[in-house]
Amino acid sequence: MDIQDLATDIPVEGEHSIEGIDFITSGEQYLTFMLAEEQYAVDILCVEEIRSWEQPTKIPNSPSYIKGVINMRGIIVPIVDLRLKFNIGEASYHETTVVIVLTYHVDDFSRTIGFVVDAVSDVLNVKENDIQSSPAFGGCVQPQYVEGLINVDKNVVTLLNVEHLQKVEKHTLQH
Amino acid sequence: MSVDLSQFIPSFLEESFEGLELMESSLLNLEAGDHETIHSIFRAAHSIKGGAGTFGFDVVTEFTHLVETLLDEMRDGRREVVQKDIEILLSSVDCMRLLIEAARDKESYDEDKVSKTTKELSQTLASNETTNVTNSEQTTQTVNNASDNQENDELLTYLIHFVPEHDLAKTGNDPLFLFNALAELGELTIKANTSELPALNDIDPQELYLSWDLTLKTSANKEDIHEVFEWVEDECLLEITLADAINQEAPEQTQNLAVEQVQEQVQVQEQVAETKDTPSPDTEQTTTSKPKEKTKAKAKAKVEVSSIRVGVDKVDHLINLVGELVITQSMLSELGNDFQMDNIERLTNGLEQLLQNTKELQESVMRIRMLPISFAFNRFPRLVHDLANKTGKEIELVIKGEQTELDKTVMEQIGDPLVHLVRNAVDHGIEPADVRLANGKSAKGTISLDAYHQGGNIVIEISDDGGGINREKVFAKAVEKGIVEPNNTLTDSQVFDLLFEPGFSTADQVTDISGRGVGMDVVKRNIQSLGGRIQVESAIGKGSCFKVNLPLTLAILDGQLVKVGSETYIIPLISIVESLQVDRELINKVSGDMTLYRLRDENVPILPVYQLFGLATDFTEIDNALLVVVEADGQKVGLMVDDLLAQQQVVIKSLKDNYQQVIGISGATILGDGSVAMILDIPGMIQMALSYAQKKQQSSSEVGEFC
Repeated sequence: MDIQDLATDIPVEGEHSIEGIDFITSGEQYLTFMLAEEQYAVDILCVEEIRSWEQPTKIPNSPSYIKGVINMRGIIVPIVDLRLKFNIGEASYHETTVVIVLTYHVDDFSRTIGFVVDAVSDVLNVKENDIQSSPAFGGCVQPQYVEGLINVDKNVVTLLNVEHLQKVEKHTLQH
Repeated sequence: MSVDLSQFIPSFLEESFEGLELMESSLLNLEAGDHETIHSIFRAAHSIKGGAGTFGFDVVTEFTHLVETLLDEMRDGRREVVQKDIEILLSSVDCMRLLIEAARDKESYDEDKVSKTTKELSQTLASNETTNVTNSEQTTQTVNNASDNQENDELLTYLIHFVPEHDLAKTGNDPLFLFNALAELGELTIKANTSELPALNDIDPQELYLSWDLTLKTSANKEDIHEVFEWVEDECLLEITLADAINQEAPEQTQNLAVEQVQEQVQVQEQVAETKDTPSPDTEQTTTSKPKEKTKAKAKAKVEVSSIRVGVDKVDHLINLVGELVITQSMLSELGNDFQMDNIERLTNGLEQLLQNTKELQESVMRIRMLPISFAFNRFPRLVHDLANKTGKEIELVIKGEQTELDKTVMEQIGDPLVHLVRNAVDHGIEPADVRLANGKSAKGTISLDAYHQGGNIVIEISDDGGGINREKVFAKAVEKGIVEPNNTLTDSQVFDLLFEPGFSTADQVTDISGRGVGMDVVKRNIQSLGGRIQVESAIGKGSCFKVNLPLTLAILDGQLVKVGSETYIIPLISIVESLQVDRELINKVSGDMTLYRLRDENVPILPVYQLFGLATDFTEIDNALLVVVEADGQKVGLMVDDLLAQQQVVIKSLKDNYQQVIGISGATILGDGSVAMILDIPGMIQMALSYAQKKQQSSSEVGEFC
């Protein structure tokens, strides 16, 4: 079956599987990634690109989780190590270590930040009412960053709030 | 058919502001009998009125109509051009600007000023009423507006004499449309006048030879009829008269009209009274609080993001360059598809061409951001005119080098400091006429603004032929304020630099123009934040000159690349005094652990960059280290670095876009290898070192690594 046939065969609604590919045509899509053993997700529409890890240029006197800035096609993008920020696992850099670059738009204003994670895993398709609110128990991740929880098979994926991830970045740094 | 007009509003606003500027500068140069200038002022006002009407900015239309009426009288020679009227027109221009800004921001405006000017305008107009046709037209309009409310059903007969210019049709106007529009207002009778029609042989089919007499029976008022002709008014002779006034065969109606006219007068008076006592009706709707200041600040902020106008030649040049770049690109990719070693020469040539193209492209793109400095200078004739009136001095403003080009961002930020300097020149520089005459000068003072390029910088000079700066007075004042010690000996330029100290003012009397001692320090700081500097020259009795030296652009700077640990930093070349290798014998340790370096007869504190930024490096020994001596705010410091690399031009990228301002860093740039390097902010670093030292003093027991 070539690509042309695939295109005409895509059904309008529902979930279908053609030759091992999941075609998801309803609900919102989320990119999931790993921090140590835990799974996290962000809205896929915020994802600008996924890059392999490269040593960024340090910003003097910045918090330890700000790894520095990189040049993304002429744009200066700060890099935040989510493992250090959330204090999950150890911040080591392997072949699977990637940087997810997220852009968040509000009106005319937009902010682009790259986040270091252990690995990207999947794209999830979730209906809005499948997102559960997170229990108010403490954890490493402060509650304002958590949008909700999603059950996937036996696992739980934490859905992160991109707006807060980027906004709080600004505030915590203004000592 | 409905067209979304809102998309044209930004262009209208832009054109209106340009029109207002034109009106302002023309008014300042206006002399009696100068018809051409009056015409151009009138045209500007007229297009603003027309545009505002189209977009429904009624307040603007109404106000501009008054202005236009006054201008019309001047244009037709029915009114002398006197200074008083020019002043009123100038403040009207201010009001129009306020109103248009308010319309743009959908906010309220300074009602007092507008209603005051409206009153002045109406009074001026009224003072010439008896002989004035346009004025009575104005009156009729007001009345008709009013009568609209009461006698809407009354049918009036208008005689319209319409003589279009021959080339009316060429501007896309068709009289037939106008007549159709008129027919919608009421019963229309049209009589064409063919007397001007040439012989058939001589007819140019594109010209219009007819004129018309129209009779319209309508309940609509005169303004409605004018509105139909709005777009052709400039290109025709148009007379609209109430038929009843001349038609003796309808005595009843005449009588009726007489009554009306009495009513009119009463209403006009009422209206004048109304404007006097209460805010005008339009302003009543808006809130009574006055967010004047806020609006101003907001407008300023908005100006910065607005568009720029670029000459077509610049854009064409750019397109040519892009074309060449595309050709080079396709050549290179063709070469790359099937590359053999014997093609290496072609490859080198291609790369060279690419380099050339990119360089030229960069230059022309930068040139797009450049605007002639006349954009910043334009406001000064008006400012000096107003200030001269206020202070009662006679001042002539001479502007030179208006075509000198400057980066748009620099231009926006240099405006306010320049205003301040010019204000100072008027207030403190130029002496009153009697003093000038007593000193053997002409009564009229001269302030000149000059701009020219010098190296990679632009120099703006603000000079006056006034009294000059009194060195002794400045020094005495500085001693009094405790800025310097009385026994210090200072050079002239050091004394003049004291003027820029915070809280310094030598004006004997504080006026509302200047002299409050806030300002000059702000001027200096603003100029420094643009990477520029200011110098003062002055001679007693001859005048003073303020020289502002600015970089041409903020987007690119000449930098010195230095290495600290594994990081590369860029030091702006403009702040570097010199770079040197440390001579061990010239190092002195004082007051604990401050390290000073003896640079000739000066002691320069040494700042190790690795310590300040918390970096790991092998070069921690001061012996034989490299020292880059930099200067900011008159303070010299030596930055200790590992290595000096190349000097190059770098493009400044803001860290604020995606991150935030970092202390000690003014921005970042991308180097040739694609990596990011930080640009050092020298004043920020000095501040940082100072606060570090203070912290250490506060807790002297606490010894440890910085940060």
